[in-house]
Amino acid sequence: MTQTAEAAEAEAAEPEQPPVDERVKERSKFHQALIRPELGGIAGTILVFFFFFLTARDSGMFSPSGVLNWSIVSAQFIIIAVGACLLMIAGEFDLSVGSMIGFAGMSIALLSVSLGWPVWLAIIVTFILCMGVGALNGWLVIKTGLPSFIVTLAFLFILRGLTIFAAITTTNKTIVGGIRDVAEGDWLAPIFGGKIFTGFFQWMGDAGWIETFERGTRKGQPVVEGIPMLIVWALVLVIFGHWLLTKTKFGNWIFASGGDARSADYVGVPVNRVKILMFMFTAFCACVFATAQVMEFGSAGADRGLLKEFEAIISVVIGGALLTGGYGSVIGAALGAIIFGVVQQGLFFAGVESSLFRVFLGVILLLAVILNTYIRRMITGEK
Amino acid sequence: MAEPIIDMRNIEKHFGSVIALAGVSVDVIPGECHCLLGDNGAGKSTFIKTMSGVHKPSAGEIFFEGKPMNFDSPRDSIDAGIATVYQDLAMIPLMSVARNFFMGNEPTRKIAGISFFDHQKANDVTMAEMKKMGINLRSPDQAVGTLSGGERQTVAIARAVHFGAKVLILDEPTSALGVRQTANVLATVDKVRSQGIGVVLITHNVRHAMAVGDRFTVLDRGKTLGTANRGEITPEELQDLMAGGQKLATLEGSLGGTV
Repeated sequence: MTQTAEAAEAEAAEPEQPPVDERVKERSKFHQALIRPELGGIAGTILVFFFFFLTARDSGMFSPSGVLNWSIVSAQFIIIAVGACLLMIAGEFDLSVGSMIGFAGMSIALLSVSLGWPVWLAIIVTFILCMGVGALNGWLVIKTGLPSFIVTLAFLFILRGLTIFAAITTTNKTIVGGIRDVAEGDWLAPIFGGKIFTGFFQWMGDAGWIETFERGTRKGQPVVEGIPMLIVWALVLVIFGHWLLTKTKFGNWIFASGGDARSADYVGVPVNRVKILMFMFTAFCACVFATAQVMEFGSAGADRGLLKEFEAIISVVIGGALLTGGYGSVIGAALGAIIFGVVQQGLFFAGVESSLFRVFLGVILLLAVILNTYIRRMITGEK
Repeated sequence: MAEPIIDMRNIEKHFGSVIALAGVSVDVIPGECHCLLGDNGAGKSTFIKTMSGVHKPSAGEIFFEGKPMNFDSPRDSIDAGIATVYQDLAMIPLMSVARNFFMGNEPTRKIAGISFFDHQKANDVTMAEMKKMGINLRSPDQAVGTLSGGERQTVAIARAVHFGAKVLILDEPTSALGVRQTANVLATVDKVRSQGIGVVLITHNVRHAMAVGDRFTVLDRGKTLGTANRGEITPEELQDLMAGGQKLATLEGSLGGTV
């Protein structure tokens, strides 16, 4: 009796262990934690910061104003990279992002300055317009079955051409200024062009924690006035994108649509809706970028955003996403964007000839992609 | 004989000037494995695609549980309880087993009014369902790409069963598999059948059909050549029927009876 009880107890204590497959190698927890899509991005970020910490430490790169400088540039890349990342995971590209930035900026400028609309209305209408173009991109890709590469390449030219045409015919210039004056007192403009925590930074400046201007009109003000909304937008978009992709039902649909659209369709995933929504989200991100830029510069230029689509795609690829879709990470894309921003500004701080930026970038791109390919093969069992 | 779950009568399907199906009738009763046999181009795939809502039939009637049905999309037939496991389209290799398992049917959990993908539930259910089918996963986060072909088919079958399929259509589940994996998949079919699900097994391998089939329907050039019950037909007769008559007998002779 006691024996059987003991046996039962032993059985209860040891819940039925699945038989271990002798062909599966055990991987340590550390090894498992290491293999993730963002690993290339994490390694690259550490490497880049290490490099600039050694070479540009005394140049002011890591002073408050230096940090703000490369943070703003990185935040710009992050904003467009989040959109490009989700779209790429859903299996599509958008090459019209750069032209969209020029188009959106010009649209805000023309509507508010030339037509005299209130700035908030100009911004809202521009967002609707851009997301409409994004939806059109997606709809064309789905209806024609053409690669998004071709469809959005067409829009790269169409939007850029329209932007220049609209600017020249209405104002006879390719740069339209005066937005800062009309945006004065607007309720929506500060959400893109404003700064937060200004009081806190003033307090830190007064307390002598951060440098203040010593002369001129801004005497006594801290060199860093506050956190620009651009950085807030970047953070919000990364958190939203990461949440959407990994924590929601819709995120699973994004992976499925990019991984194999037909399989996904057969089990009832609304692939077309997912793809069109992702095109619209990419357009939304481009529009955020453009609006923040217009509010910062106080002007819109018809050539703004040139080559931004490639910078977004490069950030996403450095971040571990697969060009053919179905695999990637928003956090990785954000790290890719940070690498991009830090390298671009860091070389300037380090006093390196600026033409070397492209060399440096090319090397990082290649190293990150090789590492990412290796990691991905380990995860997906190709190797 | 039990009431059929699905009864397809005189289904025709035309693609332009091509007549892919010229009047095919098949019914499936609960708990049986109905094998659909036929050579390449016989119309097997077109037929199951009309059953699963991918194609709309040009003519003919579909009765599901006694009621006439019209499927406009795969979603409709899935909602009705018809699950299809396609040979190469079953799974997405880059995604984890759990994500694949719940693809299109993601469990959600509300936190502060926002709905989240319930990873914990997805992982637990996947592990439990796979265990029932006799596959021990290392972890539910494992990418499907790391599984073997037979295991992938099994995940797809387990998924269909879990989501309440009444009819399970398997499109050539064994054609790309090795001997042992084939045996595993056929054993899975047997398990599914014993739960009262009607299984439609498409194959052009007579031996695989004979191993699990209760009824056999042979298609040739878009037509039904007839339906036979288990025990009423020999593998040789089935083989000849599939190949369209006597021709195979001579061919088989020259190959020394190995086909």
